[in-house]
Amino acid sequence: MKHFRSIAEAGPDAVRRLLDLADHMAEVNRRPNPKVPALRGKTVCNVFFEDSTRTRLSFETAAKRLSADTMNFSVSSSSLNKGESLRDTIETIAAMGVDAFVIRHRSTGTPWQIAQWTNASIVNAGDGWHAHPTQALLDCATIRTAFGRSDGFDGLRVAIVGDVKHSRVARSDIEAFSMLGADVTLVAPKTLLPPFTDRMPVAVTTDLDAVLSEVDVLYLLRMQTERMTEALVPDLREYTARFGLTPARVPRLADHALVMHPGPMNRGVEIAVDPAEIPGSVITQQVTNGIAVRMAVLFDLLGSGSLPEATS
Amino acid sequence: MSHPKQVLGPDDVRRAVTRMAHEIIERNQGSVGVALIGLQRGGVWLADALGEAIDRIGHTVPVGSVDCSLYRDDIGLRPVSPGSVSDISFDVDGATIVLVDDVLYTGRTVKAALDAVTDYGRPTAVQLAVLVDRGHRELPIRPDFVGKNLPTSSDEQVVATADGVTISSGER
Repeated sequence: MKHFRSIAEAGPDAVRRLLDLADHMAEVNRRPNPKVPALRGKTVCNVFFEDSTRTRLSFETAAKRLSADTMNFSVSSSSLNKGESLRDTIETIAAMGVDAFVIRHRSTGTPWQIAQWTNASIVNAGDGWHAHPTQALLDCATIRTAFGRSDGFDGLRVAIVGDVKHSRVARSDIEAFSMLGADVTLVAPKTLLPPFTDRMPVAVTTDLDAVLSEVDVLYLLRMQTERMTEALVPDLREYTARFGLTPARVPRLADHALVMHPGPMNRGVEIAVDPAEIPGSVITQQVTNGIAVRMAVLFDLLGSGSLPEATS
Repeated sequence: MSHPKQVLGPDDVRRAVTRMAHEIIERNQGSVGVALIGLQRGGVWLADALGEAIDRIGHTVPVGSVDCSLYRDDIGLRPVSPGSVSDISFDVDGATIVLVDDVLYTGRTVKAALDAVTDYGRPTAVQLAVLVDRGHRELPIRPDFVGKNLPTSSDEQVVATADGVTISSGER
């Protein structure tokens, strides 16, 4: 695989391979010395045009645990502020010798555009409202580990709740969960649903309470108030009352049900309970698994070659 | 590729494993501090079989496995796919580790395994047990316990399982 830009582009074989590889990386992360020499001499450059805490640190940690060198580019202190174009910026960094770019950008399709300007591998760390495929992978890895379902997600019921419209996480999760066989239901007010949900492999409802007790995974999305240019919900308190995980809703979840959130959380909005008090919360595990799946992606992109596989 | 020729049958393998188990106990004057680590994936069945054989002699040793794909020196040259998760649930510090593999060839896998195992701790000693030593070493590595020395040419393929050892010539 040369690039990892969306779940659909990677396809089911690669998604399964990466999840298997992530199990291996998770074992590395549990060791007293969680570092392997696999990508010595490779350089990974994080290019983030949008704010990020966990994704950027997670990619940087993943690269370092594989012994790759890392470079970090942040827009605020760059020559972009002097008017340098995106293309010139990328070509300049590439000329320093970069094997992979990890890209986050507010515009859909940026990772595909940048791939035309450099020979380096491209990892999509979030483009606009479009895709966030490593988040989807880490969500799959978390579900897989929690339920012991390395065979796939056939029969698993997943509800994705909230601001689906602005969520690249939701788009990538829908692709990945349904690719692995899960039944996905979107739960959101109509104003927060994307167009053409009838063409997606999902069911849609506006009634959280109707599905709450039946789901195996409750996936809460962040209200992306920074992307909302119009009044899509009348009031955040009303949103919480209808679509938030409130103390009253927690006991109505099935005993085995997982509660997930991609972070950062708007406490009191989509999640009105301390996650530590939700028995099925795997929100912390999601963050931990993020490092393992990103190690898997980087190793898959940078760790192979054209010679035949060794036999002994 | 020509028809595979059987070099050892299942009984031969069983006898070789039993002999190697005795040799491991003899060399280490018992089993105190000894642990077996099979190399994923070919060496894992052999490590299990050696562990059971040592059991039958009346000793008990922990058995683990290591996947050393991330330590190989051909990463970036050819596809390297860690197919399995390492499982070392005992303390490597101060132990006498017997690395176990099915076929010893260039020695590069063993070198990677040495790097992998020493990341878990500092063993007192590391020994190497292989069912088949087929020659063609590219590194200064030699086995301590060998089931069978099998002279081969480098275009031949050797397969070693509990069901026997076969050799087939032909293109790779």
